[in-house]
Amino acid sequence: MTKLAIEVDGIGKLYRLEHAGTGTKSFRDALTDMARAPLQRLRRLRGSDKSMEDFWALKDVSFDVAQGDVVGIIGRNGAGKSTLLKILSRIVEPTIGQVTMRGRVASLLEVGTGFHPELSGRENVYLNGSILGMKKREIDRRFDEIVAFAEVEKFLDTPVKRYSSGMYVRLAFAVAAHLEPEILIVDEVLAVGDAEFQKRCLGKMQEISKSGSRTVLFVSHNMAAIRSLCSKGILLNRGRVEATGDAASVVDTYMSAEDGDLSSTKQFAKGSSASVWMKSAQILADGLPSSAIAMGSDISFKIEFGSQMALSQPRLGYVISTAAGDRVLTSNNRFQSSNPLAVPSTEGTMRCELGKIPLMPGRYSISLWCGDEGGDHHAELEALYFDVIERDLWGLGRLPPAVATMWWPTSYEVKS
Amino acid sequence: MSSDAIDAAEPLRELVIRPRSGWIAIDWRELWEGRELLYFLVLRDIKVRYKQTVLGVAWAVLQPLFTMLIFTVVFGRFAKIPSDGLPYAVFVFAGLLPWTFFSNNISQASMSLVNQQSLLTKIYLPRVFVPASAIGSGLIDLLVSFVIFALLMLYYQVGASPRILVVPLLVLLTAAASLGVGLALAALIVTYRDFRYVVPFLVQSWLYVSPVIYPVSMVPKQWQPVLALNPMAGIIDGFRSALLGLPWNPVTLAVSSASSVLLLAYGLFYFRKTERSFADVA
Repeated sequence: MTKLAIEVDGIGKLYRLEHAGTGTKSFRDALTDMARAPLQRLRRLRGSDKSMEDFWALKDVSFDVAQGDVVGIIGRNGAGKSTLLKILSRIVEPTIGQVTMRGRVASLLEVGTGFHPELSGRENVYLNGSILGMKKREIDRRFDEIVAFAEVEKFLDTPVKRYSSGMYVRLAFAVAAHLEPEILIVDEVLAVGDAEFQKRCLGKMQEISKSGSRTVLFVSHNMAAIRSLCSKGILLNRGRVEATGDAASVVDTYMSAEDGDLSSTKQFAKGSSASVWMKSAQILADGLPSSAIAMGSDISFKIEFGSQMALSQPRLGYVISTAAGDRVLTSNNRFQSSNPLAVPSTEGTMRCELGKIPLMPGRYSISLWCGDEGGDHHAELEALYFDVIERDLWGLGRLPPAVATMWWPTSYEVKS
Repeated sequence: MSSDAIDAAEPLRELVIRPRSGWIAIDWRELWEGRELLYFLVLRDIKVRYKQTVLGVAWAVLQPLFTMLIFTVVFGRFAKIPSDGLPYAVFVFAGLLPWTFFSNNISQASMSLVNQQSLLTKIYLPRVFVPASAIGSGLIDLLVSFVIFALLMLYYQVGASPRILVVPLLVLLTAAASLGVGLALAALIVTYRDFRYVVPFLVQSWLYVSPVIYPVSMVPKQWQPVLALNPMAGIIDGFRSALLGLPWNPVTLAVSSASSVLLLAYGLFYFRKTERSFADVA
């Protein structure tokens, strides 16, 4: 019988959301809260308190991981993946439940935690290594390997603030890659750096996963990586475990999940008297049907249309809005050139290529209008939903804060 | 690779994660096993402090020197505060040695967590080390100050005695008291951000209830043990006895030692109690 490395038993994490909350609490707030507490409690008893909301980021999560398993954790934004990793890494405490882990645990939720810009590469390797839980003699022993992997031999005694972002990330990852814990917890951020370096990181992960001696929990939005690296998969949805099993089948479940509105394809009922109508709409990321789109992917959609009269040019307009309903962008081929059909037809498909839209992570909807030269005949408001998922586009090992809807790729030039 | 084999031969350690509440025991074993991390954090603080600026070491010299000059002029010359028969400059510097160490430790330690949030939200480590490491770099500053003090004693022709051997013990007590206060403040500031504005005010007020610019002998005899509830009272007094040959004051020293230890214990337990929610509020 294989031994269990991790037993997760009914854990849950409760967050109290304050509706008018500003995030961080100040001491002044605590004092006023204290003064208000008796009143608040009374209101809560009567069920009329609307200022606090309980939110279970995780609920009733239970699963076991056998020693040597490489487990991929997948799920949409807000499914509870990072909360789960933080609980397993002992960063936050669960509200209920219990986790038992057997073996030395190391977690990587970020590369280069604790790196200090003023310190040299050498000094940061020791600092970061010990923050990650390595002993000094382990770092001594693996130092040359780490430096070779990062390819920074010449800059070892240069402060890392003078490193290029590529070098910085390579060094940070190199330290992490040489950890030798029994249980390794890895977040998405490892998919950083340039393509060449990413390949080496995945190679290193593969090496670890093939060795069979280490238990790995791995969160990723990269389904190809999950399929190739992981033996098992866990699908989280809204704080609960939705599916467990072998990685490939869990990935399939996830990809085909008809999670309410979130499917990549939607069929429409034919409008009764419409002269032009949409039969279906499909959203694609990098050419593949998907409603989970990593930042920076090519977004496109495909509309199947029908018409009572043969037409050479269906007219299509769309609006992309945020989940809150703010309209982000629009387009309409009535005002832009598009290629008409050579032979008019009563049905066909239209492909709309939007290219790389710099949307920040979050949920968006697409509303569609379809018609002919005479006007719009068929509207589908919020026809499709999609999630934009964080991805480290610039290889920095960190993600920009989502303070606006779009992240605009800007070129900066400094002159003195 | 041979040491890997030794590691692997150890039985797997079992770690249980579950919600805890109330006062939580301190995990001494974890702290001991993480001692190398503490060492690297201290090393980082020291290096960064002296690397970042040209003024690095000079700053450690100038700060106590200027404070001493100002205090000597204002309190020694103008206010004519007695200095137990010693040159006021020497007298006040002997008090400034532990005081500067103490107050810098508090300021550094209390801000250490909010200034390094990724150490709270991205990784688990014995978090006590983060404020504790701030004290390491304070020690280096203290050493520099001791050198200046030695020069000052030479200048004023004040001799040293074997009593100086007690100084390390007094430094340890100062470290304990400041760590206790620093830990409690660091934990408070993570939870309640506006507490950071309290720290400078607290440190400033604390200076006046500590016998830095005046001798303990200025305080009525019956009130001296009360003054000594402030750990810095007995410690500063002890510093002057050890360095300048003034008579020992066993009562103040005993009371202050006890309150240092109590402060440290309180700081440690309060920190321990609140640290489990740090990542939630940070």
